[in-house]
Amino acid sequence: MHTPLSDATILTLRAGDQISLHGRIYTARDAAHQRLIKALYKPSSGQAHPEPYNVPLPLAGQVIYYMGPAPARPGAVIGPAGPTTSGRMDPYTLPLLERGVAGLIGKGVRSAEVKQALIRHRAVYFGAVGGAAALLARQIRSSRVIAYEDLGPEAIRELEVEGFPLFVINDCHGGDAYEAARDAYRRPEECNQS
Amino acid sequence: MRTIDVSEVRQAVAALLRQAAHRLPDDYIAAMQTAHSREQSPRGQQIIELLLENATYAQAQEIPTCQDTGMAILFVQVGQGVQFQGGDIGAALQAATRDAYTHLRKSVVADPLLRVNSGDNTPALIHWEIVPGTRLQITAMQKGFGAELMSRVQMFPPSVGVEGARQFVLETVEQAGPNACPPLIVGIGIGGSLDTVALAAKKALLRPIGRISSAPHIAALETDLLQAINRLGIGPQGMGGIVTALAVHIETLATHIAALPIAVNLNCSAPRRASVTL
Repeated sequence: MHTPLSDATILTLRAGDQISLHGRIYTARDAAHQRLIKALYKPSSGQAHPEPYNVPLPLAGQVIYYMGPAPARPGAVIGPAGPTTSGRMDPYTLPLLERGVAGLIGKGVRSAEVKQALIRHRAVYFGAVGGAAALLARQIRSSRVIAYEDLGPEAIRELEVEGFPLFVINDCHGGDAYEAARDAYRRPEECNQS
Repeated sequence: MRTIDVSEVRQAVAALLRQAAHRLPDDYIAAMQTAHSREQSPRGQQIIELLLENATYAQAQEIPTCQDTGMAILFVQVGQGVQFQGGDIGAALQAATRDAYTHLRKSVVADPLLRVNSGDNTPALIHWEIVPGTRLQITAMQKGFGAELMSRVQMFPPSVGVEGARQFVLETVEQAGPNACPPLIVGIGIGGSLDTVALAAKKALLRPIGRISSAPHIAALETDLLQAINRLGIGPQGMGGIVTALAVHIETLATHIAALPIAVNLNCSAPRRASVTL
């Protein structure tokens, strides 16, 4: 599946699917999100900027990866590059989905608000395997910092990925892979406590 | 009396931190292999395979296993017969951290509210202990904060008892869910005071995976909690399964008649730790 993501593609995705992503994606984590949201709103009125949005990356149909890499070894495209915990980005996510962001990549659960917004704005939340950072970096073909370089590992990077392995966690139909998986393997407490 | 030059310590600790970042402990690899054979969920098995492959690849390439190379936490046991020469030992440990983290991610902000990156991953967190003898032992832990963020401490009254402690641990793991990168290692401190209970939980994470407590009632609680956690269904990376934790390690401390402090420190499936003795 290629980025940017079309509505038609997003509609076919179901929680629990395993997919392989190709194309450009953009990294942003805590500090970068804070700046992106500030950039979207005029400080005085709290009103959103008119188009085009005053942010240093394209939004419509794009995919954001919650990731801050380790340093690259000489000659390497990028250092280890696994996902960070997505829930920390929940407070910043709705304005981005409202402006057309179509895919989010991270790990861990999203808030009810974000899950609802995925349905409303036809978007998808993917999980990458946390801790598989060295392997994930192998699927990244190019990397360049496009904004907020002063944030170091939290700068916004444009990545070109090939065969980036992901699971659909929350789809645009309300499906939730974490909940379904937990329910399938949960066992009740044994009643042998004295 | 034995004299150790701080420059020797700096070199050894820098090498130790690099080693810890690149190579996961043998006991963890063995525990994951066992977990793989036990896991009933195909997705869970697939994730354990991927994490094992990642560990092998990172070690061969001498690159970090996880991009979050953590805060450097150093447990330093200084023999009382050791004398340091050549400078400040604390400064040497910070310099070692700076040296090692040129190739690791700088994940530390100098001030928690101003949040400007310190640029070299300092300060390392250092826990000192004076012990008998003339040796210096340093254990490095690189703690990823996905799991640290889901860790909890609570000052309970004694009335909650072992059942209250048990519920608190299960709640913590349940709330952490996929966020803390399971399969987890669950470090638990019980007793002491607000400060020492948290440190006891962290020290519990230093124990080789699956080495049970020497106190029979604590060993029984460790086994019981591990089984209960693995009935939660969370599984590897939250994708479902019966391996949510690889081990539960409990450290207890004497405490006051008025309290039952409990701390749960979660470690992710990249438990980086290594030791050196000088």
